Amino acid sequence: MNEIWTLSEQHGGKLKDVSFELLARGRALADTLQSQLCTVVLGNKIDDKELESLIFHGADTVFYVENPCLGDMVCEIYAMVLAYLVGEYTPHVLLAAATTTGRSVLPYLAVKIHTGLTADCTDLAIEKETGNLLQTRPAIGGNIMATIKTPNHRPQMATVRPKSYKALAEDRSRSGKVVRVAWNPEWNDTRVQVLSYREECGNSSSLEEADIVVSGGKGLKKRENFRLIEELADSLGGQVGASRDAVDRGWASYPHQVGLSGKTISPKLYLAVGISGAVQHLAGIKTAEYIVAINSDEHANILQVADFALVGDLFAILPQLLRRLGTQGGEK
Amino acid sequence: MYIVVPIKQVPETSNVQMDKETGTMIRSASEAIVNPLDLYALETALQIKERTGGRITVITMGPLGAAKVLKEAIAMGCDDAIHLSDRAFGGSDTWATSYTLASAIRKLGKVDLVIAGERATDGDTGQVGPGLASWLDMGLVTYTSHIEELTDTYLIAERLLEEGYQKVKATLPVVLTVVKEIAIPRLPTLKGKKRAMHMTIPLLGAKDLGLENADLGLLGSPTRVVKIESPKISRACTVVKATDDSSIQEGIDKLMLFLASKELLGKGVAK
Ligand SMILES: Cc1cc2nc3c(=O)[nH]c(=O)nc-3n(C[C@H](O)[C@H](O)[C@H](O)COP(=O)(O)OP(=O)(O)OC[C@H]3O[C@@H](n4cnc5c(N)ncnc54)[C@H](O)[C@@H]3O)c2cc1C
Ligand SMILES: Cc1cc2nc3c(=O)[nH]c(=O)nc-3n(C[C@H](O)[C@H](O)[C@H](O)COP(=O)(O)OP(=O)(O)OC[C@H]3O[C@@H](n4cnc5c(N)ncnc54)[C@H](O)[C@@H]3O)c2cc1C
Repeated sequence: MNEIWTLSEQHGGKLKDVSFELLARGRALADTLQSQLCTVVLGNKIDDKELESLIFHGADTVFYVENPCLGDMVCEIYAMVLAYLVGEYTPHVLLAAATTTGRSVLPYLAVKIHTGLTADCTDLAIEKETGNLLQTRPAIGGNIMATIKTPNHRPQMATVRPKSYKALAEDRSRSGKVVRVAWNPEWNDTRVQVLSYREECGNSSSLEEADIVVSGGKGLKKRENFRLIEELADSLGGQVGASRDAVDRGWASYPHQVGLSGKTISPKLYLAVGISGAVQHLAGIKTAEYIVAINSDEHANILQVADFALVGDLFAILPQLLRRLGTQGGEK
Repeated sequence: MYIVVPIKQVPETSNVQMDKETGTMIRSASEAIVNPLDLYALETALQIKERTGGRITVITMGPLGAAKVLKEAIAMGCDDAIHLSDRAFGGSDTWATSYTLASAIRKLGKVDLVIAGERATDGDTGQVGPGLASWLDMGLVTYTSHIEELTDTYLIAERLLEEGYQKVKATLPVVLTVVKEIAIPRLPTLKGKKRAMHMTIPLLGAKDLGLENADLGLLGSPTRVVKIESPKISRACTVVKATDDSSIQEGIDKLMLFLASKELLGKGVAK
């Protein structure tokens, strides 16, 4: 027994990257416990190939529940289906991504099935003596790391921060099974219905899932100048972020805000341009792998957490940097 | 429309002290304020009340000093407040917190809307709002960025997701959690402040709610904080001054080398 479960996420029938990151997490835990790794997919008309790819990335069993009302996440329905599966198969651990989906469904579910839930974990391990899950998460604006256990309730549940772990390489020799779970009409719940969907500026990949985020702050001075940030993000293959001051001035929309009252992200590279690095801003980037700053003030707080800093006028530096990246791209 | 807004008191600074034994916060160590993200929930409720009429009750679970944040909400224009405080509530995780709050909300009679903040800036789980919906057996709309339509029986709202905005229709009663984009919080008014000053806020404990200690606080919490650490930020920053043409070129050379050595180049460059 002692199965490790993950909740895979899909959008429009395509599995999201974070589903594979969760499998890598789950695989490590399952191997430590010498147990099985199972993943749950809730959706509509998902291709067999997609389901199989979960096995190639570490799953032993894929539980797939299909119904038109599972196409989009509806918290009440997702929680009903998961409560049923958990009751039926009694997993040891259930992990979901710390996304808008995971952070809605899992707390709703935790209450229904009376167990604990640890939020937004960046590290998971198995405690040797007990086999319990040790769940580590940043809290209080990233100022502390708390390790949390759920000693007496099952499953032990956690949401896991996207990008905090690498997916495993595809291994097409892996085998496993896909279990199709029959839909039970009683799971339907019409209290909340999805009507439509619009993409933010035609930009479908999110800040939380980006490997590279280039952020601009008040140092950009004017809305027009914010284009420099967009161009730099583009040429590095990254996404655009912003400080609160930049968002409040309307240079970027709120979904781009990074920090305590915006998003918490863990990209491989965070490039902060004209951002001072106030504690509230840093709260959103504490777990970034590398931080680079471009700032005219050598005493700016952002330098305290940066790995590399160019100290100078961003308006002189960025055009040169863009030119350099442009030629490098051409040589590729 | 009867609206309940749960608000949390959080420490003013982000440097708070922790009790290493229990893994809980030492609250007295810093000044308490309304959780900044709850101001958006309050503003949303106030705007709805202005449009459709109705009543707003704010509720908090927290130590005696938390009455201060309730008074602030009253000063902003909320009608009444309830303060849940009891030793037995101490050390609650989000399961126990949402249980306790939901038990009190249930006693208020017919509630149309519960509007919570997206997350608290200290515990930072964002789990209490969804937990409330689950306990109250209400529908849940998280990450609400806009309310497009509101009637006596349903609402149409937009949710801010990773990839964009999703429009949903929800039957009342419903629990909403709101993001910053939804409104710009107002300041307390002088009149409101006066009202708040003279208001006595009912204080309720476990007995008043008819709750058993075994379900409350640390005792009733499935999770346990077992260790607290300060993360070590050991970034050795390479600082390069780039103040004129040649130093800018040199600086960019070094930056490109840095990025290349970390395998951060050439990802999307081909696009
Ligand atoms: C409750 C609360 C929540 C908050 N939440 C957030 C949040 O989520 N996210 C957030 O970002 N902030 C948040 N803040 C605000 C935060 O405190 C700062 O005010 C904000 O981050 C500052 O933004 P900034 O760095 O863009 O601007 P500034 O602090 O003004 O910094 C501008 C920087 O640009 C540099 N600069 C100027 N000109 C140039 C130039 N020509 N070339 C190069 N560099 C230049 C300056 O040296 C300076 O370092 C919050 C505050 C509170 C109280
Ligand atoms: C370091 C640390 C880590 C923690 N990690 C976890 C964890 O992973 N899982 C867990 O279950 N618990 C955890 N807790 C406990 C958790 O912080 C408390 O249960 C807290 O009372 C509520 O959670 P929150 O601060 O995350 O609020 P959130 O769930 O982030 O708050 C969301 C909204 O709920 C409402 N709300 C929250 N608390 C109250 C309140 N007391 N009164 C009225 N309204 C409220 C507000 O509208 C708020 O905006 C942790 C505590 C600490 C100190």
